[in-house]
Amino acid sequence: MATKKKTIRTIPQERTPVLEQDPKLRARNFSEVSLGYRLEDALREADRCLQCADEPCVRGCPVGIDIPAFIQKIVEKHHHGAYDIITDTNLLPSICGRVCPQENQCEGVCTVGDTLEPVAIGRLERFVGDMAIKEGWANIPYIEPSGYRVGIVGAGPAGMACAADMAKAGCDVTVYEAFHQPGGVLKYGIPDFRLPNEVIDAELDKLKQLGIKFECNTLVGRLFTIEQMVTELGFHAVFIGTGAGYPSFMGIPGESLNGVLSANELLTRCNLMRARDYPNFDTPLKPGKHVAVIGAGNTAMDALRVSLRLGADSVHCVYRRSKTEAPARVEEIHHAEEEGVDFNWLSSPVEILGDDNKTVRALRCVRMELGEPDESGRRRPVPVPDSEFELETDMVVFAIGTNANPILGQTSKLKLNKRGYIATDENLATSIAGVYAGGDIVTGAATVIEAMGAGRKAARGMKAYLGLRDTESVYEPDPAGTRFGIPRREHGFARIRLA
Amino acid sequence: MSNFEIVARNDFSDVTYLLEVRHPLLAKAAKPGQFVIVMATEHGERIPLTIADFDRDKGTITLVIQAVGKTTREMQQTCHVGDKLYAMVGPMGVPSPIGHAKKVLCVGGGLGVAPMFPQARAFQDAGAYVIGVIGFRNKDLVFWDDKFKTVCDEVIVCTDDGSAGVKGTVAEGIRLAIEKHPDIDECVAIGPPIMMKGSAEATRPHKIKTMVSLNPLMVDGTGMCGGCRVKIGDQIKFACVDGPDFDGHLVDFDDLMARLKRFTAEERMALEHWNDTCRLMKQADDLAAAAARNDPEHY
Repeated sequence: MATKKKTIRTIPQERTPVLEQDPKLRARNFSEVSLGYRLEDALREADRCLQCADEPCVRGCPVGIDIPAFIQKIVEKHHHGAYDIITDTNLLPSICGRVCPQENQCEGVCTVGDTLEPVAIGRLERFVGDMAIKEGWANIPYIEPSGYRVGIVGAGPAGMACAADMAKAGCDVTVYEAFHQPGGVLKYGIPDFRLPNEVIDAELDKLKQLGIKFECNTLVGRLFTIEQMVTELGFHAVFIGTGAGYPSFMGIPGESLNGVLSANELLTRCNLMRARDYPNFDTPLKPGKHVAVIGAGNTAMDALRVSLRLGADSVHCVYRRSKTEAPARVEEIHHAEEEGVDFNWLSSPVEILGDDNKTVRALRCVRMELGEPDESGRRRPVPVPDSEFELETDMVVFAIGTNANPILGQTSKLKLNKRGYIATDENLATSIAGVYAGGDIVTGAATVIEAMGAGRKAARGMKAYLGLRDTESVYEPDPAGTRFGIPRREHGFARIRLA
Repeated sequence: MSNFEIVARNDFSDVTYLLEVRHPLLAKAAKPGQFVIVMATEHGERIPLTIADFDRDKGTITLVIQAVGKTTREMQQTCHVGDKLYAMVGPMGVPSPIGHAKKVLCVGGGLGVAPMFPQARAFQDAGAYVIGVIGFRNKDLVFWDDKFKTVCDEVIVCTDDGSAGVKGTVAEGIRLAIEKHPDIDECVAIGPPIMMKGSAEATRPHKIKTMVSLNPLMVDGTGMCGGCRVKIGDQIKFACVDGPDFDGHLVDFDDLMARLKRFTAEERMALEHWNDTCRLMKQADDLAAAAARNDPEHY
């Protein structure tokens, strides 16, 4: 092994680019945009990690992956070892490597990033995860049955992460899903060109190998209640990860015109129900020729880029703040720009105009300028007088966030907060003993990895509640980055202390 | 869980048919006014269907379906006793509130007669005097009039052409019922939007509380897509989780009817595509049959 210490001057200076489909081509197909690192790309990029003692990236990761350790394994060409290290804390590397907002997390705090571009941690994670899928690796630990039964409501990222941890702790885990397929937002929301279905199915298979059972077509709350789960159905602990899911509209005139829909509806019809293969699949979707999407989060970017692929001639993004404030991942905005999305920054819709058939004809907007910072710290947009303009459009998509889904509130005695989300304590325990909740149904709309982090945090709480020893806890990154005083990368090696 | 097996089927007319599906847990949970979402095949669309009846002892729920679009026509041809649906999820929606009304008007129009039945029964169980008004286009389409007589104190059958019962729409039946019983507390109407609109207009002058069950387009049925949003007074509600029952005097029916036409062109295309496929399949079958006759060894 190279013994010479790496410094910021000795590592490859440029971030290793990743192969991508040509923007013009890919804007018309649903194949994956990023082709991922090849072996030589991964080796070069892994070499850019300084293996610094500080390890800010581990603290930047919501699930605390030991990032320097897995990158070191790639350098050593011990890819299975890298996979084992990642899956100690994150069972779904192929998914997270693709959809995490790394620039705000691990890569955002990377030491290399202080001087150069940060190490492409997400791409390396994806490289390892994809190799595991290709090679059929699975990190199935020896599981000793604990005799406890755990019910999980919602087969999205939060539920999947919680299920994995509980299964590893020896619980008999059943995951309930209202849709006909598990995966939650990964399936219905995130399109194939960002996260292919085969990847999700491969990762779900790994959960099934842990003994986790998936029960689809089950609407918890209505088919049976949360209270019934902990009584009649005999679950010792329950986790709720149903997602936020009640899309918001703005309340401007014309929202009930035909051609106005939520991004959730557009994406669900296209991705989960495969309306893009209509009429071979039965779900209809009237694709727009000129589409306006309101909002600039990741969901908005997905809606914009899906519309392009469905054959739209022009696709417009309408956002009331500027590009700097846009909540989407930088990479998504960049990809959307490359593919030809027309961005209308500092524009806010005021009215949707319809024709005689109650169908959308145009979107009237007003220009905005940024004023004083508001309570979120972002500068508040204010309308510019007499600056109204019209966008010709036949489809208007709202991607401005979601509210709390009301079903569990309607059907259980769970305490809700004033915004309608489920109220929890710091361990994510709800007001019903043994019932935990996490993800969007607690925090409101957030990211996949944050939902997974919440699922794992709730699992810790549930294990404590059930009196199971939390074997995971020793893997938690502590400030010294050690376990029993032994650095992680020396685990498995005998230490000989010379007198 | 359940494998969604069809245990009984009954054809009421050329276009209306009944399926009884086994799902014990769902039968146990279902309440009047709720609906399910069904996928007939893996490639199918998710269609909302109101629960027409449920039998907790047998563990089955009853769906009454009208063959109007591609999916419902295909189901009419392919769903037989012993077959299985690809998916069925529910019960969805807020159950209909069965209050303490003393005299109730239960109005069902066409296919809406089916989901009206469990509500009429619930009102009867709650001790109300139940007047059933059921309307059809003509005598041949009438169904469940006998079943209604078992749970209603009075039943008025209406047909558009007068071939059975009273001539006219259900609004005529409502008028007759209100004339005879000025003390009706509540009215519940289920059927096509135009019929529910007519019912709401018929009760409005008498200030009788009227609940209607709305049937907008849906995808998931769990509040996630917002496709089923309806205008109730000055508010926007999602029929799948806030409804499907709303105050008929506040519902914007014109908005609902316009939104129901969202995919008319696509639906027509699907139907044509499917008809073509069926014709080709039939031709292939005929050819195969002919070939089999000529050359029995080969087949």
